[in-house]
Amino acid sequence: MRLLTIIVMDGAVFAAVLYLLSVGLTLVFGVLRILNVSHGGLYAVGAYMATSLALRVVGAGANPYLTYAMLLVGPLVVGLVAGPLIERLFLRRIYAADMHIQLLLTFAIFLVLEDLIKLLWGTAPLFASEPYMLLGQFEVGGITYSWYQVCLIAFAVLFGGVLAWAVRATRIGKIVVAVITDREVSQAVGINVDRIFTVAFTLGALCAALGGALIAPTIAVVPGFALDATVLAFAVIAIGGMGSLEGAALGSLIVGLLRSVAVHTVPEVDLVAIYLAMIMVLIVRPEGLFGQLEVRRI
Amino acid sequence: MGGRRFAPAVGAALLVAAPLVIPDWMRFILALALAKFPAVLGVALFLRGGMVSFGHAMFYAVGAYAVGFSARWLGLRDVAALLPLGVVLGAAAAALVGLVMARYREVFFAMLNLAFSMMLYGALLKLYWVTGGTDGLAAGVPTFFGWAPPREFLRLVLYYATLATTGLAVWVVYRFLASPLGYFLRARGDNEIRIEYSGESVQRVIYVTYVLSGALGGAAGVLAAFVVGHIVPEYAFWVQSGEFVFIALLGGFESVPGPLVGAIAFEFIRAYASKYFPNEWQMVLGVIMLAIILFRPGGLWAIWEALRGRLGPRAGEVQHA
Repeated sequence: MRLLTIIVMDGAVFAAVLYLLSVGLTLVFGVLRILNVSHGGLYAVGAYMATSLALRVVGAGANPYLTYAMLLVGPLVVGLVAGPLIERLFLRRIYAADMHIQLLLTFAIFLVLEDLIKLLWGTAPLFASEPYMLLGQFEVGGITYSWYQVCLIAFAVLFGGVLAWAVRATRIGKIVVAVITDREVSQAVGINVDRIFTVAFTLGALCAALGGALIAPTIAVVPGFALDATVLAFAVIAIGGMGSLEGAALGSLIVGLLRSVAVHTVPEVDLVAIYLAMIMVLIVRPEGLFGQLEVRRI
Repeated sequence: MGGRRFAPAVGAALLVAAPLVIPDWMRFILALALAKFPAVLGVALFLRGGMVSFGHAMFYAVGAYAVGFSARWLGLRDVAALLPLGVVLGAAAAALVGLVMARYREVFFAMLNLAFSMMLYGALLKLYWVTGGTDGLAAGVPTFFGWAPPREFLRLVLYYATLATTGLAVWVVYRFLASPLGYFLRARGDNEIRIEYSGESVQRVIYVTYVLSGALGGAAGVLAAFVVGHIVPEYAFWVQSGEFVFIALLGGFESVPGPLVGAIAFEFIRAYASKYFPNEWQMVLGVIMLAIILFRPGGLWAIWEALRGRLGPRAGEVQHA
């Protein structure tokens, strides 16, 4: 029972972070049809931006509760600056290109972002644990948890809810869904698809940066910490279905719980289990659990 | 025709003569570039067919760990024995994984390759009592057909062994591309269904190519393990796979010499960039890659061809290698 609680709790925390990370990736893939390798880079930049802003706040002796604001301001800045910049400058030129060109271009952006981090913030690890410590801890069945982790889960659920509502009930959300479903018809009925591309990519970048910013207080932020995050997000959206928002939620839960089970029972196989699940899903249902199969064009 | 025979001969002669005149550190970089080259060739084959693999580092790792395990348990460190072993193991792994892979295209092909290689990476990382974990394994000092070269010549002998293997790999890939399967592979990028109509199975084409690329990756892994001397799980990491695709694109995958030019250019760019910008060498690579993708998608080889065309146009010569 004790083990089960630990597994579920850890899995939920991990799933929450994975969801924030991968929902942006699946959104970008859905709209732009580009598998964005640089997504993990934006996640890392978000973590760094938020951490350094939080450290500024702490260093200036201001109210430590302001660090929470920084966790939101940081990714907002990253998303709103990097998103449109990357989309307008680079992605716009390769929408018609072959898939390997698209993958490599975003891989190049990923490499640039990785080193941009070292250039801006150095290579020493950064810690800004104030948001984590301030909320304190509580005990369930003899196991200590932090309230921050609970807030993280709540935030992810809330974020997912808002997103699900937005794509169903708001005008821009419906337009995005229309573009995901059929780009050409959307254009034909008068949707400015170019603008939706920019919006979607910016939103995707924002999600990535937000995921990084929210996980940052619980870890040491070091260069390269997002290398694994990139491929984990790929695993999540491959399992859930690339381009599907519900799929990102389900995929995060599966990967999060799977990793948690592995870590607490057979720690040697945690990565193997995740990628094995990804392979199984891709073999049995290549379009993912929530994906839609594309009609083959002759 | 004379010109076409002449250029490769000059290139080969340069590679044979180079280690005798260049300093030791440069010889290492050149040897590493040549060692990785077969793996890049394998990735380039798929790029020709309009497919991209973000997981070919798995075969590279299979070859490298074959060297590490042999050194650790069998005391075997002979290049002449391990190279065929790496090729066979790489091909066998590809034959197994390829059964699944041949059914997938586009983004699914890329993702499945990624998943398989990351699974191998996870196993290599976590099964530390077998694989040494992050510490990795030592490759051991290589021997050649039982002959242990004197210390001062070891690097040189290893270089020539690498060069010879690379030459063999180039020959095999040329033969493959000149075969009907090679032509069908190139045609796949244009229209798969027409290949089926002409009586060839696309799955078979992809499967054979996959096994070949696995063998090439295995060979590259063995060579790189000996050149570097140390084997770590990063050999199977997705960034390594990305590097192979990058090198193929840097040089230009439409020709066989392209990836070779790419491999050599890549290792030298990396060596110089990490010397002068120790923390920003990836950025240098990234910027170069962005520039190539946006302005010269054919890679360095296409730039060279364009220059050659401008300097001395040769009428009536078809440029297909």
